[in-house]
Amino acid sequence: MRTRIRRAKAAQTAAMVLTGLAAAFIVAAALYLLAIIVMRGLPGVSWEFLTQPPRGQMKEGGIFPVIVGTLALTGLTAAVSLPVGIAAGIYLSEYATRGRVTRIVRLAISNMAGVPSIVYGLFGLALFVNLMGFGKSILAGGLTLACLTLPVIITATEEALRQIPSDLRQASLALGATRWRTIYRVVLPAAAPGIVTGSILGLSRAVGETAPILFTAVAYYKRQLPTSLLSDVMALPYHIYIMATQVTGRPDEIVWGTALVLVAGVTLVSVAAAGWRSLQRRKVRW
Amino acid sequence: MARSSTTRRRIGRPVSSRAADGAVRKLITANGLVAILILAAIFLFLAFNSQRALQEVGILTMLTGREWYPTIGVPRFGFLPLMAGSMVVTLTALVMSVPVSIAAAVFVSEFATRRVKEISKSIIEFMAAVPSVVYGFVGLAVVVPWVKEVFQLSSGLSALSAAVVLAFMIAPTIVSIAEDALHAVPNELRQGSLALGNTRWQTTYKVVLPSASSGVLAGVMLGMGRAIGETMAVLMLTGNAAILPSSVFDSVRTITGTIAAEMGNVVQGGLHQSVLFNLGLVLFTITFIINLVADLVLEKQRKRWRR
Amino acid sequence: MALASEKKGAMVIGIHENSSNGGEFELRDVSVTYGSELAVAGVSMDIERCAVTALIGPSGCGKSTLLRCLNRMNDEVSNATVGGSIKLDGTDIYGKDMDPVELRTRVGQVFQKPNPFPMTIYDNVAYGPRTQGLRQRGALDDLVERSLKRAALWTEVKKDLKKHAFELSGGQQQRLCIARALATQPEVLLMDEPASSLDPISTQQIEDTIAELKSSVTIVIVTHNMQQAARISDWTAFMLRESMEEPAALVEVGETRSMFTNPGDKRTEAYITGRFG
Repeated sequence: MRTRIRRAKAAQTAAMVLTGLAAAFIVAAALYLLAIIVMRGLPGVSWEFLTQPPRGQMKEGGIFPVIVGTLALTGLTAAVSLPVGIAAGIYLSEYATRGRVTRIVRLAISNMAGVPSIVYGLFGLALFVNLMGFGKSILAGGLTLACLTLPVIITATEEALRQIPSDLRQASLALGATRWRTIYRVVLPAAAPGIVTGSILGLSRAVGETAPILFTAVAYYKRQLPTSLLSDVMALPYHIYIMATQVTGRPDEIVWGTALVLVAGVTLVSVAAAGWRSLQRRKVRW
Repeated sequence: MARSSTTRRRIGRPVSSRAADGAVRKLITANGLVAILILAAIFLFLAFNSQRALQEVGILTMLTGREWYPTIGVPRFGFLPLMAGSMVVTLTALVMSVPVSIAAAVFVSEFATRRVKEISKSIIEFMAAVPSVVYGFVGLAVVVPWVKEVFQLSSGLSALSAAVVLAFMIAPTIVSIAEDALHAVPNELRQGSLALGNTRWQTTYKVVLPSASSGVLAGVMLGMGRAIGETMAVLMLTGNAAILPSSVFDSVRTITGTIAAEMGNVVQGGLHQSVLFNLGLVLFTITFIINLVADLVLEKQRKRWRR
Repeated sequence: MALASEKKGAMVIGIHENSSNGGEFELRDVSVTYGSELAVAGVSMDIERCAVTALIGPSGCGKSTLLRCLNRMNDEVSNATVGGSIKLDGTDIYGKDMDPVELRTRVGQVFQKPNPFPMTIYDNVAYGPRTQGLRQRGALDDLVERSLKRAALWTEVKKDLKKHAFELSGGQQQRLCIARALATQPEVLLMDEPASSLDPISTQQIEDTIAELKSSVTIVIVTHNMQQAARISDWTAFMLRESMEEPAALVEVGETRSMFTNPGDKRTEAYITGRFG
């Protein structure tokens, strides 16, 4: 009996050590990734790097138009995906009844989240670039990225709305408010922190995507800034790709610097959003 | 205490707001269906643009063709080398990633203190947020030279390099979904097992893991879907040779890499473009099935612990 | 046709004439079905204007379900259907001409748990009037003050109307919810165990408020607490679901005093003397 227990305890220790090592390995890999991007990227980043266009066949100069291009794409993505995504989230949480249609909608949303980004690129090429005739442009790229971001925003909105107790909805309805007024004046304001944070997380993923904009938005090199929604643009992730694989003889720190700008932008915004949400949560408790 | 007649007047909600309520309901319902609409549109547009390839080459010729020479005089459009490339990279990545990720999920869910849990989860979240092109670039700088040296290859650009990087990329997906599934197992089950004199580890592998098995499996499948669909890192690391691979040290060309590399250089409306759309349709179908099965499994898992 | 127009006329007159002395309900053979399950059946009773009517009975006996029929909050449960007829001041509230949203401005409700909106005290009370389109600052200020006074909360909060409602205590929050319901100037106020989550002192304050209000509003209150029903109500209705196979039904309704001293039904007697429930 003793030995059985001792053996079980030994097995437990071994299991804890092994699984702990696995977790430590993954965490270490993540930290290594962070460290190498920061260490190698920092020497390349300067005020000039952020505010100057590339020069000398992109082997010198900065990435200003690249940053502007990514911001423009992200702006359009947000402008399209936020209203549609939030409305769809409201539908699922506030209007949809339990039934077959809702179940299919839910399956479709989670399936959409798993569609490869290159397939969104093909879809955008076929629909926005060719059929609608937008050409390679901010408009076509932004719409494509919006499709990709939608499931994240829908899910975030629905979850944030579900956190709001149904007591509040009932109270508003009992005061003679319509369904929509109840949502608009009571439920949405209460759920705003969750919706905003989830949406920012979704958008920050879109910022880093390359494959969807490959055929729908990006230019290899473009010195001047975009003038309309129908301009093509440079973009951070695509710039990293071409600099890493197609520009020979470029100094490494330009690519690392661009990678750092992209990763830092995405991470800092996400961290700020998450921090803001937990601050709001502390203020209001259900 | 009587109400004065001035404020008593029933203002009556503006009629417009009642009409607006109905209009808003319709508008919002329309948006709710957008996911179905987009999924259907993706399928239709891919299918529509594949028409020429289906007519002139034929689906069977493509799916069973062993050669991919899209730009020679008489082009060959065989998907087999590309599908084999995707398979080799994906399976190798899964073999490396799944055991470590599930073990990490078990540690985080069952053994870690709250603090360790929170910290490791947010670090793993960071890993998920890093764009794939950055993984590709770091892979070029770190993994490719390492693979070349350790395995004495003439070039480090190989299925193995891509698989190593992919293994790290899909780890956050598998860890977080598996951890959710483990976490969802009710504590009563754990306590029941502990009360019978089992250790925590015995409880974990006898009770918790079997109870959460379908959720863990779904995590693995979603990780697999992500690996098959991953484009940029694979494009940058595999070397892109469109030949049937004989080992993981060979250079391979995946479905995604082919579309990404070639779509930019094709004639608009040409046969090659149509074949690439068809390749996209094949990819969409594969991931659609994987995701659907994973979602159905997850849904079942969720129902299990409800009540 | 003639009947319909008569109804409409009655409704308009009803609003004006009854505006200062509540409304009265007439329930005939009311039943509630959830999906295919009959939950409440055969309830017929009158609810007197400007009086307090208490619905008592063991838990699960359909009191709250019946209460929610009176302002059609059951409409919000998608598979609930209501049978029979319920008339408010002579108008069928389930009739074609009745808009449930408008009905709820005439029949207010206070819930079991205090549920203030996550906004300021002022905005909570002003929510209903604003919904009805009242925008003038002065009139709104008056109405908020008057409603808070009627709910006996004014003296405690008049200095910080801009404070977040969640900073109030539980009892204060519940009185805020009463003020919020009163601000739409309803003829009837439905209260679903309004004091069940409160301490004894707060409960006392709510009961005092109810006593004040009944001169101007009809009150229907669901309560678990028989002493409370005895203390505050003029009329008492006792409901019971005798088994899971049968729907809940009304056992008897009568003046509170006689009901508690001399119940007409054995089951009522058993319940109020504490033999079950």
